[in-house]
Amino acid sequence: MGLILTEDQLILRDMAKGFFDEKSPVERMRTLRDSQDETGFSRDLWKEMGDLGWLGIPFPEAVGGADMGYGELGIILAECGRALAPEPFLSTVLLGGNAILLGGNEPLLKELLPEVCSGERILCLAFQEQGRFAPYSVETRATRDGDGFRIQGSKQFVLDGHVADQIVTLARTAGSTGERDGLSLFVVDAGAAGLTIQRSELVDGRGAAQVSFQDVTIDGARVLGEIDGAADLLDAVLDRATIGLCAEMVGCFEEAFERTLEYLKTREQFGVKIGTFQGLRHRASEMFGELEFARSVVLDAQSAVDDARDDVAECASGAKARCSDVACLIGGEAIQMHGGIGMTDEEEIGLFFKRLKAAELTLGDAVYHRNRFAGLRGY
Amino acid sequence: MSSASIDEFKQEVRGWIEEKLPADLRVGNRRDLPKESLGRWIKALVSRGWIAPQWPKEYGGGGLDRKQAAALMRELKAVRAPIVSSFGTSMLGPTLLEFGTEEQKQEFLPPISRHEVRWCQGYSEPGAGSDLASLQTRAVKEGDEYVITGQKIWTTGADSADWIFCLVRTDPAAPKHDGISFILFPMHQPGIEVSPLTLIDGSAEFSQVFFDGARAQAKHVIGPVNGGWTIAKRLLQHERSTDGGSEGGITGAMKETLADLVKREVGLQEGVLADPALRQRLADQELEARALRLTMARAGAEARAGQTARDIGSLGKYRWANMVKNEQDIAMLALGTKGLGWSGAGFEDTQLERTRAWLTTRADSIWGGTNEVQLNVIAKRVLQIPE
Ligand SMILES: Cc1cc2nc3c(=O)[nH]c(=O)nc-3n(C[C@H](O)[C@H](O)[C@H](O)COP(=O)(O)OP(=O)(O)OC[C@H]3O[C@@H](n4cnc5c(N)ncnc54)[C@H](O)[C@@H]3O)c2cc1C
Repeated sequence: MGLILTEDQLILRDMAKGFFDEKSPVERMRTLRDSQDETGFSRDLWKEMGDLGWLGIPFPEAVGGADMGYGELGIILAECGRALAPEPFLSTVLLGGNAILLGGNEPLLKELLPEVCSGERILCLAFQEQGRFAPYSVETRATRDGDGFRIQGSKQFVLDGHVADQIVTLARTAGSTGERDGLSLFVVDAGAAGLTIQRSELVDGRGAAQVSFQDVTIDGARVLGEIDGAADLLDAVLDRATIGLCAEMVGCFEEAFERTLEYLKTREQFGVKIGTFQGLRHRASEMFGELEFARSVVLDAQSAVDDARDDVAECASGAKARCSDVACLIGGEAIQMHGGIGMTDEEEIGLFFKRLKAAELTLGDAVYHRNRFAGLRGY
Repeated sequence: MSSASIDEFKQEVRGWIEEKLPADLRVGNRRDLPKESLGRWIKALVSRGWIAPQWPKEYGGGGLDRKQAAALMRELKAVRAPIVSSFGTSMLGPTLLEFGTEEQKQEFLPPISRHEVRWCQGYSEPGAGSDLASLQTRAVKEGDEYVITGQKIWTTGADSADWIFCLVRTDPAAPKHDGISFILFPMHQPGIEVSPLTLIDGSAEFSQVFFDGARAQAKHVIGPVNGGWTIAKRLLQHERSTDGGSEGGITGAMKETLADLVKREVGLQEGVLADPALRQRLADQELEARALRLTMARAGAEARAGQTARDIGSLGKYRWANMVKNEQDIAMLALGTKGLGWSGAGFEDTQLERTRAWLTTRADSIWGGTNEVQLNVIAKRVLQIPE
């Protein structure tokens, strides 16, 4: 059923906790941010995670993966969230990696995925063209050119686009913006002629890029899924990535909530611990409830993927709708309950607040996902 | 129990339901079920011990293990069979199984599992609601009996109950939690007066109960004299878990699902609800119901695997209460003024039913510990924030 962790999963969780405690305290995130590190994460640590087999969790053994499930991946992602580790799980494993796994032909899988699993290759997915999440609003065009294609257009908010070796690119081969039909996915090498990649730093300290395509030519063999018919593939990739992102968010909720709870138990005002005030006690109870509910729906969504259930899309949207709301609640309350100190850059709780806001708005907010869920439910 | 034998059990249950459950009862837990049909159905359940599926057979239960009982419940719900449950099965029974003497179990459990004796819960008093332990109803020992004087309120089903499980003060000098006993006595006797209260939904199933020299046998004290508070709290846990675990609560009994009602009243345009705000609320409501069900299932699975000792009962009761209230709030918004009918012409049954349910469900965040009390319990017991 996947609602509780198995013995093996508990061991994996303890291992991951130990790993991040030792190698990735929250402070590391701040150091990377303040030093304006060019990569934005640690390639060494990423390779170590590759060596541990964590990056290959959702990939088959034939391409160097561990052939495990989202139950396991979610455990690692939650610990990442807890530690605010900026390593490129979302871009490389969940978005780019899944696009190749689910849509690539045999040679592409063999060429690209082994190094994803080992931590030596960074991927990204360039799909977004506007601020609000609207995956089919694609104006970037790919036109036929002999055996291959030529891409023209630009993409925003390409997570880890500044360091990716391949940019999996969503472009329109037919139809007009907003339509599900007419979309195609391509694997573009970062060094391709006509490609401009500009790095931007995000509010949570992580990196993304603006990517523009000036007549970038693509070999016909580097198409994922079907030409004009990539929307289903895109949905499947986004659903898995969304579920993974939610798992990371739950880890982040846990840590932000625990820190806030600790503050309620230690900070004194009016001669008493602030946690004695009922106004705060009730709100803490509310946060606890939301955290538990979020955990349940994310575990269920993970097993929906692992058990190949037919409600993955409903579960993904349901989980992201909830996690986005909970991110707002727990992030906001975490700052509020810390009072003035919570507003300082020095206090770490603000880093959680920012990471949660970034996650809330990435891959669709609560309103988007409730609407999608409603559509899937026939209203 | 292996999964193969669970499958066999499921098949058996299915066949049995097919044979015993008439079509006119396949509408969920409604108040207006045809009496004769219902009576036969209850008899059939009793004959299998399935009024109390998990109780030992010697007390008239079904002797099922947890998986079998869960399978039985799923099969029953799948065909919208009326689920027969009572204060006896859901609250008193489990408490007796834990704290009762053998003699007490033999005396009280079989009539509950035969659905013969109705119980009511004498906890709340006019001055003791959330602060239940400040209750004042007195019980004074006289020979083999206790003589009871005082008043209870909000006693659900008191006017039709045969027996009451009641909290009484047996030691007024002791600190308030230490002078309370948990005692059982019959309702049909001199010295008890029941006066029904009409609630905002028009129903009168709740009463004030006045005791003036009512009598209880001393052997019907459950647990130690003056040690009733522990038992009272344990029973409240059973009460809270009664509904936290069920997905729909009263929803299951509605003639029409919320989604169908909203779709019909608001209308679809190209497959999308015409009101985007209600669309959001309906989706949120469905997701809340799923999340609640998953969370209760997870808590159960964790407890069985020995992974956590977190008591999630209060959270379940709290979220369940909000969920069932919210369902009716949404229904009312969708109905508009069609949701404002009380009687007379112009309103359909499905609409009137929603109006009443909207009123009835206001109580769900009050009984069994108010929402505020549940949040207090979570802060104190689960989060362990010092007071
Ligand atoms: C439909 C229904 C059925 C019931 N059935 C039964 C029954 O069968 N048997 C029985 O014994 N009782 C029954 N009750 C009674 C029920 O248990 C009480 O109503 C409930 O415990 C609240 O007590 P009260 O009504 O005295 O409200 P009060 O305790 O006076 O509460 C008033 C308000 O103050 C708030 N409040 C109180 N204390 C605190 C606190 N410490 N912190 C924050 N807020 C607080 C409450 O949350 C509430 O909002 C039933 C009630 C209803 C509505």
